[in-house]
Amino acid sequence: MALYIVRRLFQAVVVLLLVTLITFALLRSIPGNPAVAIMGPNVFRDPGAIKLFDQTYGFNHPWYYQYLLWLKQLLRGDLGYSWNLNQSVASLLGQHLVKSVILVGFAVILAVLFAVPIGMAQAVRRNKPTDHFFNGFSTFFYATPSFLLGILLILIFSDKLGWFPAEGPQGEGVTVIFQNFNAMILPIATLTLITLALFSRYMRSAVIDNLTEDYVRTARAKGVSRRQILYRHVMRNSLIPMVTLLGLQLPQIVAGAVVTESVFNFPGIGYLFYTQAQKQDYPTLLGIILVVSLAVIVGSLLADIAYAVLDPRVRY
Amino acid sequence: MANNLPTSANLPPSAIVPPSSAAEAHEAQIAAGILPASKPRSAFRRGLEVFFENRLSVAGVAVIVIMVVFCFLGPFFYHGNTSGVNFAQETLPPGTGHPLGTDQLGQDVLGRLMTSGQISLTVGIAAAVLATVMGVLWGSIAGYVGGVVDAIMMRIVDAVLSIPVLLLALVIVAMVTPTETVLILVIALTSWLSTSRLIRGEALSLRVREYVQAMRVMGGGSIRAVLRHIAPNAIGTIMVNLTFQVADAIGLIVVLSFLGLGIRPPEEDWGAMLSGGVQYAFNGYWWLIIPSGACIILVITAILWIGEGLRDAVEVRLQRR
Repeated sequence: MALYIVRRLFQAVVVLLLVTLITFALLRSIPGNPAVAIMGPNVFRDPGAIKLFDQTYGFNHPWYYQYLLWLKQLLRGDLGYSWNLNQSVASLLGQHLVKSVILVGFAVILAVLFAVPIGMAQAVRRNKPTDHFFNGFSTFFYATPSFLLGILLILIFSDKLGWFPAEGPQGEGVTVIFQNFNAMILPIATLTLITLALFSRYMRSAVIDNLTEDYVRTARAKGVSRRQILYRHVMRNSLIPMVTLLGLQLPQIVAGAVVTESVFNFPGIGYLFYTQAQKQDYPTLLGIILVVSLAVIVGSLLADIAYAVLDPRVRY
Repeated sequence: MANNLPTSANLPPSAIVPPSSAAEAHEAQIAAGILPASKPRSAFRRGLEVFFENRLSVAGVAVIVIMVVFCFLGPFFYHGNTSGVNFAQETLPPGTGHPLGTDQLGQDVLGRLMTSGQISLTVGIAAAVLATVMGVLWGSIAGYVGGVVDAIMMRIVDAVLSIPVLLLALVIVAMVTPTETVLILVIALTSWLSTSRLIRGEALSLRVREYVQAMRVMGGGSIRAVLRHIAPNAIGTIMVNLTFQVADAIGLIVVLSFLGLGIRPPEEDWGAMLSGGVQYAFNGYWWLIIPSGACIILVITAILWIGEGLRDAVEVRLQRR
C-alpha cells in the first residue's frame, strides 16, 4: 500500500511537470513577439528596446533555459503578469478562485446528494418506468447546452417569477456570496443539474454491478431484508467508485463552471477565463490552466488513494 | 469441420462438372447440400440484431438520417434568405414565407437551420473521427509495446487529460482564427485522450491472445500487430467510443460558439444560432431559440441512444470471446 502511494505520488509529479511543459509550449507558441505584445507596436522603431526587453526577461536564451527560468518563477509562486489587467496572475487567482471553489463545492455536494438516491432507485427498478424517467432526465440534461439551461432558469425563475436575481453575487471578497446568497441559487442550480446528469448514471451502474455480487446473495440467504442489503451493503460499496468518479470528472465540472459563471456574470475563475480568452490575455489563461490542472492532478491522486484505503479488496 | 470439406470423392456428379465461375460452384455446392444454405450467424450479425431490437437506438438512427437529409438536401428544395442582411424583415414571427420566422439579421430561420446544421454535423463528425483515429493509434501502440514506452505515452495522456478540454480548446482557438478545419483539428487534438486510454486497456488484453502470439512466432512485426490485429479487434469498443465522441464534439462547438470563439460569422453552427437568439430571449422571440436548441438536443440525444445500443451490441459480441 505504502509502495503504491509512493509510486502514484511519483506519477503525479511527472504528470505535473508535463503539464507545465505543455503550458510553457502554449505560452511560447503565441503568435507575435512578447516585447511587441507588452510594449505596443511602436517598439519596432527602437530595436534596442526589444533587445533590452529580451535580455531582461530572458527571451534571448534557448527555449529549455527559458523553461527552467519560468519553472523557477513558478516554484516561487509567480504565475506571470497580466499586462491586460495590470495585475499579477497570482493576485487575480486569489480574488477569483475562492468564489469558484464555493460554487463548484455546493454544486458537487448537491449533485452527489441527489445522484445517490436517484441512481439507487433506478438500479433497483431497472427497466421500469422510474428507471426510464431518470434515464431520459439525465440524457436530456447531458444533451442540453449548459448555457441554454442557465438562460432557461433565468427566464423562468428570475424574469417570469422574480424569485431570484438573474446575476450571481457581484463585488469584491468572499463575504458578498453569503450576504447575497439568493443570487447564488440559480448558478448553483445550473451547475448541479449539469453535474447530476453525469453522476446519476455512474451510481446506477455501480449499484447494478453490486447487486449481482455474491455477498448480496449470501446476505439474502441469511435472511437479511432487502432494505438492509440495499442501505447497509450495496449503497456503501457503490459509493466507492463514486470517489474515483469525483476525481475523474473534475475537468468536466470545471468546464461546466466556466459556462455557468459566464451566463451569470459570476466573478469566479471561469468567468475570468472567458473574458480574458476574448482579450487574448495569455498569461492569465495559462495561469488558470496550471492551477486547474494542479487541482485535477491532486484530486485524482487523492481519489486513487482514497479508493485503495476504502476498498480492502484492492491490492497493489 | 474437417470431414465437411468438399473433396472430389464425396462430391455429387453435378458439382464435378467444371463450373463456369466460382459463384456457380458455390451455388452448386449449396444445392448439393455440402455447404449450408446460409452462413452461420456471425457475431457481427448477432450484434446487429441486438442493436435493432433496441427501439431507442433505431429511433436515434432515424433522427440522424432525417437530420442529415434535412441539412444537406433541404437547401435544394427550400430557398430562404440565409446570407444577406435585411433589417426590414428582422425578427418576424413564423408565418407565410418564413415557416420558422426570421432572425435578428432578417435571415430565414428554417434556411439557416439547414446551413448551420451542415457545419455542426460535419465539424462534429470529422473531429470525432480524427480524434478516434489518433486515440486508437496512440492507445494501441502504448498497450502493445508496453514497458517504458507505455509509461511515457500514458503519462502524456494523463497530463493533457488533466487540463479541461474546454479550457485547452479556448486557449488554442483564441490564438488562431477558427475556421471549420481549425476547429476540427482543435477539437480532435483535445479529445483523443480518453479514447487512447480505453484502447490501451483493450490492447493490453488483446496482445496476449493466441492469434497475436501466433503471428509473432511467424515473424510478424509490431506495426502489423497493431494495424491488423489489435485495432481491428477493438473495433466494437472503438465504434461505441466514436459515437460518444461525436456527441461531445457537437456539444463542444456549441459551447465555443456561445463563448464567442467558435466559427466566425457569416458561417455559423447551431450553437452560434442559439447563442445569437439567446440575446433576444427576454423579448419573447422564441423562434430564435427553440429551433436551434431543439436541433442540438435532438441530435445529441439521438447519438447517445445510438451509442448505448451499440454498446449493448458489442457486449453481445464480447460474451462470445
